[in-house]
Amino acid sequence: MYKYDEYDQQMVDVRVEEFRDQVRRRVSGELTEDQFKPLRLQNGLYLQLHAYMLRVAVPYGTLSGAQMHLLGDIADKYDRGYGHFTTRQNIQYNWIKLEETPDILAELAKVEMHAIQTSGNCIRNISSDQFAGAAADEIIDPRPYAELLRQWSSFHPEFLVLPRKFKICVIASETDRAAMRLHDIGIKMVRNDAGEIGAQFYAGGGMGRTPMIAPLIREFVPLDQLITFSEACLRVYNRYGRRDNKYKARIKILVHELGRDEYVRQVEEEFAHLLTQPIEPPLAELERIKAHFVDPAFETGLSNDLDLTDPDFRLWVERNTTAHKVPGYVIATISLKPVGGIPGDASADQIRLMAKLGTEYSFDELRVTHAQNIVLPHVKKADLYTVWQALDEAGLATANLDTVGDIIACPGLDYCSLANARSIPVAQKISERFGSAQKQAEIGELKLKISGCINACGHHHAGHIGILGVDKKGLENYQLLFGGSEGADTSLAKIIGPGFTEDGVVDAIEKATQVYLANKQGEERFLDTYRRIGMDPFKEAIYG
Amino acid sequence: MVDVQFRFRDDEAVNDPAVTVDAFSEQSNATAVRIEPGEDARALLPYLDRIALVEVNFPAWTDGRGYSAARILREAGYAGELRGVGDLVIDMLHHMRRCGFDAFAPDKALNTTDAKNAFERWDNVYQATAIDGRQAIWAKRHPA
Repeated sequence: MYKYDEYDQQMVDVRVEEFRDQVRRRVSGELTEDQFKPLRLQNGLYLQLHAYMLRVAVPYGTLSGAQMHLLGDIADKYDRGYGHFTTRQNIQYNWIKLEETPDILAELAKVEMHAIQTSGNCIRNISSDQFAGAAADEIIDPRPYAELLRQWSSFHPEFLVLPRKFKICVIASETDRAAMRLHDIGIKMVRNDAGEIGAQFYAGGGMGRTPMIAPLIREFVPLDQLITFSEACLRVYNRYGRRDNKYKARIKILVHELGRDEYVRQVEEEFAHLLTQPIEPPLAELERIKAHFVDPAFETGLSNDLDLTDPDFRLWVERNTTAHKVPGYVIATISLKPVGGIPGDASADQIRLMAKLGTEYSFDELRVTHAQNIVLPHVKKADLYTVWQALDEAGLATANLDTVGDIIACPGLDYCSLANARSIPVAQKISERFGSAQKQAEIGELKLKISGCINACGHHHAGHIGILGVDKKGLENYQLLFGGSEGADTSLAKIIGPGFTEDGVVDAIEKATQVYLANKQGEERFLDTYRRIGMDPFKEAIYG
Repeated sequence: MVDVQFRFRDDEAVNDPAVTVDAFSEQSNATAVRIEPGEDARALLPYLDRIALVEVNFPAWTDGRGYSAARILREAGYAGELRGVGDLVIDMLHHMRRCGFDAFAPDKALNTTDAKNAFERWDNVYQATAIDGRQAIWAKRHPA
């Protein structure tokens, strides 16, 4: 994985000192809270309902064992002993003191981590495929391109105060595991007819109040024009994105209002101009970055056999592991969704244990997934049982990846100052209702996503089943949506009818799964059956 | 007229009143012009050789259009004074320099020590803006 050189290290060190100075000016009263807010947001520091929340960047979701270990230590030392992994592959701490944040950042900088641009109206942490470098189906590792973009977007002087936040995702597989087309810019690395690698650009996707799937804006951007083209996309947005209404300020609204073709025309015009400016890093820089992402020293000639006599292990292997590109290895996903737990939360001890397993059994690498789980990307099959036993002992061996128990949920009204309803208790109730492994296995893949307000941080638009918490005359009310997907077959979920109480929505989901099981043909997933038979049979069972 | 608090030029400061972009194209003798957010900096490109001062107004520093306006003018070869005016903050001074601003006239005077620190804080930068004369980190990594 990428290692800082002296320049990268100096950039984060200087940033820590800059932020320390900003906090000093805030504490002394030189800055008012109104003046400080956009500055602290550029560094991932929010003021939530009860305390400050600090969001730490995990670039493209990749972590070393030492980095993960420190995240556990920070949870102990500065928070209440746990951290929360987010849908953008980051981690956030919910109980932070303003005065301590510069020290936290200084500790992070020692392991090459930071909180730069994890919020605010700027280019956020670049996300990617959590299986990058390990997946059997990728054409190339997407992370070097994400790292190139990370450096370009860090403190970009022109794009620090955009109309609104800006999220970029880079993938390189046909199977989209990162919801690429639901980003402000989605980039898919592709190979053209001449066999060259380049970048396919999508722009104007997003969730929030107005969910949109990003249209393709360019088939192929050559690698030696990647930064220049990105800069053109951003400049058109910075100049013409709406600033009169924050709910219409994302690039998706600009692309929608101009129309895709007109946006493309403007970008191409700006691109042609910017190509005359010497702003593109040389390919040698990309090669330098790529050298950090060469495969670890995989052993060859390993057996693919796995002893599955332990039935609990077998269940976990079937549910939570994915094929690796190298024989004898496997990708293991650690579910942070125990029955009745808070999705994405992990205790300091659990975080340190995962760090240790990553170091010892996965070539010192871990990943955070946008579904709020942790991945050990390169586990030798011969070690898998040992790894599983250690996870099981720590309450980390829940076998529910991509099932109804593997819920994505935003922090909701328990923490967030924007929320209209709580998300966590609903997730917990659903997880308990479908707690039995047998029930989950019967229902199979069912991606369930909960947001506590229309900002959609819990990705409810992209859930096979989505839940949206709203405020109905002072009471929490939950709308149910069906049919969303974030994969290569991206679609947006639709509201099925009137909303429910907290318990009512859990009952409705159970009825929906019954309709699915009664109508399922062959290997169909819930989503496939829903797409085939439509909403009516479900509505009838739920409201009839 | 607000005072210029920081200036990084050796020539005489221009004190002509700046006219609006619309008025400018009709006034053949004007040498100073002021761009508001939302106005197209490229409208000035045909006249760059007779402009001595461009003011870019920031009613709020969080409206980032002025940063693009500045870069566009510099990329087109504009060499006169480029002055940021309005709601300027310490924490953007360095980035404004990188976008091509070389004079700063904030509504409220900024703490000079803090401002000096801000201008000098970053020894290195990740991007080439092609206009501020600074070498990007990638260029230092791969000397020609």
